[in-house]
Amino acid sequence: MRMSKIVRFSADVLFGAILIFGFYIILHGHLTPGGGFQGGAVVATGAALVIVAYSYEEVLHMIKKAGLMLQESAGLVMFAGVALIALGLGTTFFFNYLANSGLLFGMSVPFGPNPGELNTGGVLPLMNIAVGIEVWGGLAIVILYMLSGISKAEEA
Amino acid sequence: MIETIIHVLVIAGLVVSAILVFHFRDLLAAALASALFSFLISLEFYILQAPDVAISQAAIGAGLTTAIFILAIRSTKRYEEDIP
Repeated sequence: MRMSKIVRFSADVLFGAILIFGFYIILHGHLTPGGGFQGGAVVATGAALVIVAYSYEEVLHMIKKAGLMLQESAGLVMFAGVALIALGLGTTFFFNYLANSGLLFGMSVPFGPNPGELNTGGVLPLMNIAVGIEVWGGLAIVILYMLSGISKAEEA
Repeated sequence: MIETIIHVLVIAGLVVSAILVFHFRDLLAAALASALFSFLISLEFYILQAPDVAISQAAIGAGLTTAIFILAIRSTKRYEEDIP
């Protein structure tokens, strides 16, 4: 069962905007309110909008359950991996080895009042991205399994 | 002064939307009133200087929970029956 054409078109248009806003919250997690969990929940809301608007067969053509599971696991592996690299470098677990190094996200924080520099924070933005990927997959798969149980009930 | 007025209006809206959830026999309308409750409480968190919690509440409460309710209503009946 699918919803009306107006609902489906609105879901298609709003999906892009919600996705961009979620990625903004994830990437600015170390500067502004929000972070990996909040941004991932916002992106999952966009996925839920599409899942509610279309029928189960159409959703399965767009999103795969195995892909979402893989995404959830990849986020967790990336989170643990970033923390384990610090152990390989001879420092403590979760050590912020990228801060002030000049590499990725490694700029020093400018002194005084400033609008906030995105290229700072060391491993914190990487961990925000990992948590965002994981929460996106996890919350989207909850909605998808809810819909799969309902489609079986509609057939019976 | 204006902050106090907004605060009182938001809390009054919370009470009204909570009563509406109880009052509606149309379950889809009740789910949307519950989404309105979540939106207003996220506004209340923002007024109380907790923008982090406000974003979580808006995404989980107003977005995902309402989606799960609408999916459940789609598979069952839309209207609540009278209690005998």
